[in-house]
Amino acid sequence: MKTLRELFKDRRFSFGAVVMCVLAVLAFITLFSPYDPTEWHVVPRDMAPSWEHLLGTNSMGQDVFWRMTFAVRNSLLVAFLASTISRVIAVAVGLVAGYCGGIVDRVLMLIGDTSLVIPVFLILVLIAMLVKRLDLVTMVLLFGLIGWPWDTRLIRSQILSLREREFTYTAILSRTPTRKLIFNEYFPFIIPLVLATFINHMAFVVGMEITLALIGLTDLTIPTLGAMLQWAISYQAILLGLWWWLFAPIGVAVSLFVALYLVSVSISVYLDPRARIQRVGAR
Amino acid sequence: MRFVRRYLAPRLIQYVLVVILGVTVIFFIPRFLPSDPVEAQINTIQAMGTLVDPAAVEETIAILREMYGLDKGLLNQYVSFWGRLFTGDFGPSLYLFPTPVSQLIRQSLPWTIGLLLTTTVLGWILGNILGGLAGYFTRSKILKIVDGIAMFVRPMPYYILALILIIFFAYLLPIFPLGGGFPIGVRLSLSWSVFKDILRHAFLPAMSLVLLSAAVNHQTMRLIVQSVKDEDYIRYAKIGNVKERTIFSRYVMRNALLPQITGLTLTLGVMFGGALITEIVFAYPGIGTLLYQAILTSDYNLIMGISTISIIAIATGLLLIDLLYPLFDPRIKFK
Repeated sequence: MKTLRELFKDRRFSFGAVVMCVLAVLAFITLFSPYDPTEWHVVPRDMAPSWEHLLGTNSMGQDVFWRMTFAVRNSLLVAFLASTISRVIAVAVGLVAGYCGGIVDRVLMLIGDTSLVIPVFLILVLIAMLVKRLDLVTMVLLFGLIGWPWDTRLIRSQILSLREREFTYTAILSRTPTRKLIFNEYFPFIIPLVLATFINHMAFVVGMEITLALIGLTDLTIPTLGAMLQWAISYQAILLGLWWWLFAPIGVAVSLFVALYLVSVSISVYLDPRARIQRVGAR
Repeated sequence: MRFVRRYLAPRLIQYVLVVILGVTVIFFIPRFLPSDPVEAQINTIQAMGTLVDPAAVEETIAILREMYGLDKGLLNQYVSFWGRLFTGDFGPSLYLFPTPVSQLIRQSLPWTIGLLLTTTVLGWILGNILGGLAGYFTRSKILKIVDGIAMFVRPMPYYILALILIIFFAYLLPIFPLGGGFPIGVRLSLSWSVFKDILRHAFLPAMSLVLLSAAVNHQTMRLIVQSVKDEDYIRYAKIGNVKERTIFSRYVMRNALLPQITGLTLTLGVMFGGALITEIVFAYPGIGTLLYQAILTSDYNLIMGISTISIIAIATGLLLIDLLYPLFDPRIKFK
C-alpha cells in the first residue's frame, strides 16, 4: 500500500494507471455488450457518432464502440498472457544460468544473445505465414516464446551477485533446501526487475499484434485492435469520411502504449535507488 | 596480437555462431510446422484461376520436392540449404514467376539500406544530443517540451506512427505522396529532378523512423547523462573551474555515448524490423514491401531468401559496429 502511495506521487504513474483502469473497464463491460462483435449488419451502416452509437457504426453494420471494447479485451488478454509466459521463461532460464554457472550458463547465454540479434519481426512473419491465420491461442504462445533473453540477462547478473552474498552461505550452511533459498530469498530481488519489463513486453505484444493483423497474417474475424484497424483501412474509411471508425482503434492503441510506457518508466525510476535518494531529499 | 586474441577472435567466432544459429532456425521453422510449403505453392498456383490437369500437378509437386530436396533426409536437406546459400541461389520467385529471388532482393536491398542507414544515423545523433542536453540542463523549458514529445513518441509501434503521419501529411494535408519510392513512369537517372522526387517520397518514411529512433535514444541518453553528471570527476572539473561547455561536451557526453553505441548494436535488429514495417505502410520499394508481396502471394522462396539475407546483413552490420568500437573508446586500443 505504501509503495502504491509513493508511486502515485509520480504524475506519470497516476496518468498511466488511470488510463489503464479505463481500458480495463472497457474490457470488462464486454460482458454487457448488446451485440455479438463477430456478426455483421446488426445496426445501420456508416452512422456518425450519436448517443445511441457512441462511436458511430461502420460499413459492416457494426457498432464501433462495442466492437472496440472487445478489441481492447482481446488485445489486453493476449498481451497479458503472452507476457506472463515470456517472463516465466526469463526467470527460469536466468535462475538456472545464474545459479548453475559453467557450461550451462554459457550455452543458455549464447542462445539468448543470438536471439537478441535475430530480427524477431521476420521470424514472426515466417511462422505466422506457415501457421496460416493466427488465432488468439497461437498468438499467446508465439509472443510468449519471444522477448525473454533481455530479462534473462538482467536476472542472471542479479543471481550471480546474490550467490556470493553472506546470506546465501548462511542458508547453504544451515541446510536450507535450494528451492526454498530461491523462492524465499532470491525472488524478492527479482520480482521488481521483472515487473517493469513485463509491462514493456505487453506493449510490444499489442504493437506486434496490430502489425501482423495489418499485413494480413492474423485471423481477422476475431476482434482485436489490429483486426479493427485492418478492416477500417481496407474499407478506405478515411476516404469515405468515416473518421470515427479509424480513429477509435488508433486512439485506444496510442493511449494504451503511452500509458504502459509511463507506468513502466515510473516503476523503474521508483526501483532505482539513486532516484529514491533524490526523492527523499527533495521532500 | 593481444587485441586479435582477446577481442577480434571471440567477436568473429560469435559472428559465425550467430549466422549459423540464425540460418538454422530459419531452416528448421518451416520443417517443424504442420503446413507443407509445396502444397501451399500448388494451392497458390491453382488459386490463380487456371484449371491444371492432375498429371501436371503431380509432376509439379515432384519437381518442387526435388528442388527443395524434400525427398531426401533432413541432414541432407540442411547441407544443400547451406550450399544454395553460398551460391546465393534461392530458386525462382512465385510472385514474379521466373525471376530469381536473388535478383529481386538485389533490386530492393539498396532502398532499404539507404533508408535504414540515414535514419539510424540521424535518429541516433539527434536523440543523443537532445537527450544529453535534457539530462544535463534539467531546468530548460524547451527541453522539457521536447522531453514530453519524446515520451509520447517513444512507446509507439512503427506501424501506428507511420499510419498517423500518413493520415496527417498525405491525406488531410496532401504535402507528401501517399507512398512509393519515386513517381510512376519516371526513369531513374542521375538528375536533380529525379533526386528531388526520391527525397520527397522518402521524407515521410524517413521521418517516422528518425522520430522513433530519436525518441528512444533521447529517453535512454537523458537517464545516462543524469547519472554521469553526479560522478566525482564532473564535480572536480566544476571545482577546477572548467568551462561548462567543455564539461558537457568533453566529460559528460563522451562518457555517456559509450553505452549508447552498445545500445545501437542491441537495437539494430528491432530497427531493421521497424524499417520493414514502415516500408510496408508507405509501399516504399525496399525489402519490406517485397516481403509484403511475398506474404500476399505466399511466395515461400522469396520469404526464405529475405529472412536469410536479412540475418546475415544484420549480423555483419553488428560486427562492423563492434569493430569500430575501439575508435570511440580509448580504453580499448588496437595494438
